[in-house]
Amino acid sequence: MSGVTVSAKVNGDAVQYVCPPNESLMDVLRNRLNLTGVKEGCGTGDCGACSVTLDDRLVCSCLVLGAEAEGRSIGTVEGISQDGELHPLQTAFIDHAALQCGICTPGFLVAAKSLLGRNPNPSEEEIRYALAGNLCRCTGYDKIVRAVQSAAKVMRKQKKS
Amino acid sequence: MPYETDYTNQKFSVIGNRVNRPDGVDKVTGRARYGADASAAGQLVGKILRSPHAHALIKKIDTSKAEKLPGVKAIVTGDDFPDFTGGNRSLMDTLENCMARGRALYDGHAVAAVAAVDAQTANEALKLIKVTYKKLPHVTDVDEAMKPSAPVVHDWIRTAGIEPAPTTASNISQRNEFGHGDIDVGFAEADVIIEKTFKTEQTHQGYIEPHACLATLGPDGSGELWVTTQGHFTFRNMCASLLGLDVAKLKVTSSEIGGGFGGKTHVWMEPVALQLARKSNRPVKLVMTREEVFKATGPTSSTSVDVKIGAKKNGRITAASAELRYQSGAFPGMWGMLGAMTSFACYDLKHVKSVGYDVLCNRPKVAAYRAPSAPMAAFGVESVIDLLAAELKMDPVEFRIKNAAKKGTRASYGPIYGPIGIGPTLEAVKNHPHMKKRLGKNQGRGVACGFWFNFGGQTCTDLNIGIDGSVNLTVGTVDVGGSRASLALIAAEELGVDYDQVRVTIGDTSSLGHNDTTEGSRGTFSSGMATIFAARNAIDVMKQRAADTWGIPVEQVVWEEGVARAKGRQNSNLPPLSLKEIAAKSPRTGGPIAGHNEVVADGAGVSFASHICDVEVDPETGSTRVIRYTVVQDAGKAIHPDYVEGQFQGGAAQGIGWALNEEYIYGEDGTLQNAGFLDYRIPVCSDLPFIDTEILEIPNPNHPYGVRGVGETSIVPPLAAIGNAVSNAVGVRMTHVPMSPPRILKAIEDAQ
Amino acid sequence: MQIRLSGILCQATGGASTVEVSGATIGDILTSLVQKHPAIQEHLDDGVAVAVNGEIYRDRRDQVIPEGSEVFLLPRIEGG
Repeated sequence: MSGVTVSAKVNGDAVQYVCPPNESLMDVLRNRLNLTGVKEGCGTGDCGACSVTLDDRLVCSCLVLGAEAEGRSIGTVEGISQDGELHPLQTAFIDHAALQCGICTPGFLVAAKSLLGRNPNPSEEEIRYALAGNLCRCTGYDKIVRAVQSAAKVMRKQKKS
Repeated sequence: MPYETDYTNQKFSVIGNRVNRPDGVDKVTGRARYGADASAAGQLVGKILRSPHAHALIKKIDTSKAEKLPGVKAIVTGDDFPDFTGGNRSLMDTLENCMARGRALYDGHAVAAVAAVDAQTANEALKLIKVTYKKLPHVTDVDEAMKPSAPVVHDWIRTAGIEPAPTTASNISQRNEFGHGDIDVGFAEADVIIEKTFKTEQTHQGYIEPHACLATLGPDGSGELWVTTQGHFTFRNMCASLLGLDVAKLKVTSSEIGGGFGGKTHVWMEPVALQLARKSNRPVKLVMTREEVFKATGPTSSTSVDVKIGAKKNGRITAASAELRYQSGAFPGMWGMLGAMTSFACYDLKHVKSVGYDVLCNRPKVAAYRAPSAPMAAFGVESVIDLLAAELKMDPVEFRIKNAAKKGTRASYGPIYGPIGIGPTLEAVKNHPHMKKRLGKNQGRGVACGFWFNFGGQTCTDLNIGIDGSVNLTVGTVDVGGSRASLALIAAEELGVDYDQVRVTIGDTSSLGHNDTTEGSRGTFSSGMATIFAARNAIDVMKQRAADTWGIPVEQVVWEEGVARAKGRQNSNLPPLSLKEIAAKSPRTGGPIAGHNEVVADGAGVSFASHICDVEVDPETGSTRVIRYTVVQDAGKAIHPDYVEGQFQGGAAQGIGWALNEEYIYGEDGTLQNAGFLDYRIPVCSDLPFIDTEILEIPNPNHPYGVRGVGETSIVPPLAAIGNAVSNAVGVRMTHVPMSPPRILKAIEDAQ
Repeated sequence: MQIRLSGILCQATGGASTVEVSGATIGDILTSLVQKHPAIQEHLDDGVAVAVNGEIYRDRRDQVIPEGSEVFLLPRIEGG
């Protein structure tokens, strides 16, 4: 099968890659661009560990073809921290012990950042439903929800000042 | 050097602080490397061909077409795994489970494997392998498998534990009986007796990271394995035994682990990856799909349990008995035995008998799942306890308190208890504000208790102090849930330095002596113990250096809060020497400063928990929502309370999923119908409430800090707590887990 | 001193649930037990746990058993 040449942006940087037309964006990010922060939990769009943003829309990268990213902008967990500073969500996840094994953490961070971009002041219920596409088996979600609430607060303050 | 392991009730300065975990930044930035995140130059992709049948003879495997496919570098079948087991049956079971030997024993059993230049080629090659099967009769239900007419999974199994020893094959691998007293006498004394049968379906640990490894193995018999595992030393020993390698020549590195819960305590496809690597002489990366994880790793038993308990009108239990039938998959297990041991462990019983059966079926080989076997036994026992309390018109918590085991009670599994926490957890439940909250329409509350043994085991730890006074702690127990933070706290406490000064690494198998697998809630308990002793060894070295510097006998030196002090009036002119100062001078005072310890960390204290759960059941749909949940558990001593709470909450959440949703569904043809997260539904964020926790600290007398394991017990009570809550909400006793909407609706219907 | 047995282990002692043994450590009494009931060796090879006054030891054969202790031999257990 001959490859498709794709030009896209990943975490703000221009990239070019060649992939078979049936290869998932997840495999491209992990295996061709070495962005292994994108995790594979199921390959069927059920666990959210491979969550990325595609032109600011939250997607499971295992359900998107690498070829579909042509001309588009992809955001992964590796791009959340900016200018050497952790994002408030990243700090909150560490402070609140919102991870145990950590395999679902990249997906949660991408999904939570996308949520707070759309809704800076979500209720507990809104957080729970917005993150319902991301599976965590260790924490019971308790500390994750608290971390997102706390990060939202910090981000609202930052925006004001 | 032997050290005193007794609890000392010392005052702590950093233990108990909620510090940030050392691996936190790596894990929130995507830098942390898990099983599938490592690659090697020239690596091949490994893929496994699996049986589509529940039970079949493998008459022929024709790999000729696949071998000719360009890009295929190696193919292995059962014939490529010579028998190095030396007659060890359990090793042979493991080998046969990794790769079928003439017979496929369950849907998903590996029959061949391929290594090719890329995933596409490997998948194509799998399609070109032609396997000729002859289907055999199968059995997947535990009660069916026990019938004399059932298809026999292995013709060499003779039931152990019955007299006279049977001469014909059976699916029952062993019968185990525990207890004391005479239950006939006890039941004769009872005013009320309740007897009931319960069923629980098979569930999977459901770790989000599939099994993955990167293997190399050269023609010289030396190899390396990067793998997601709970125990890399155990994996090394296993792989070496199965493949006929020298243990020392196989270096195993544990990657970050994306959840295990018991499911990553055994090898599944790692020996296959190594064999592919040997045959191709190239590195081979093998990553399971989610479907493979469900079909071909080690879920927990499905069970069928009879419980009978009798009590007097005054609320004292007079006798208790149980028969527990646990499905162990296609190979023998110890799961029915563990169910029988744990079933009545919470109670003080004069007459008790529990009998466990381990039963083979055409399902994947069962592995441990967090306090293995205890949740199913507790479901039956705690349900009957509730029924008895209702019959006696007693409060279910009071009834449990009245019958709770305490120090001096003979446990139902044999020994006499030391100080234990079941009574205090029940008292805490009784006084918890949760119990006072009024319930609404269609709501119900349930309480249940749980027990797990906990254990320690072989542990080896190294502590090295750098020239700047920073500390490297190398441990061999895989960190599954934040133990590096706890162990750094322990090292900091002993040395008297800041937490941030200690860096903890999980050493590979060539850097430390053997460490048992992180299982049985042993990580922080046993590596914690070894860390304390390693730090004390390093302190002894530093005291000697200080003594040499001052020119006084070492007996005159004490170590306090991170500094060496010279004791006595004659030494009052000697200013204290800090760890940093001693470390800076170390090149000229005798070289590096290190502490080392190897220990069999035994005497892990048993653990108890009591849970409270409120549910609301929609009588129209049978759908259940958990509206409030509280976990009370004894931790002995919480080294890092955040991660203790995390264990409590995580166990409860897994139990909630098990109780309400999760189950393996097998078709008539014996194949698994729901091998994916869409149809095997684990709880998502919107399914759960905040899970409240209360940590009790009843010190373990056998650990210097009083630590008990905390990881497992929290999954034991939820099935029963939710079962009791749902039963109270709908007014019908639920006896089958999961209590999915159809089962609840049927139970309501049947009762009407 | 007596050692108590349960579960499948009793099969190796001809059904006896207590056996009179001698020794100062866990290792000693296991050796003494095997002398009396050689069939138990197979179980020891598979692994057992020993409860001394309720505390469970899996591997520490040098553990000293205090005078008057209750010693209980259990099948080895696995955890998650």
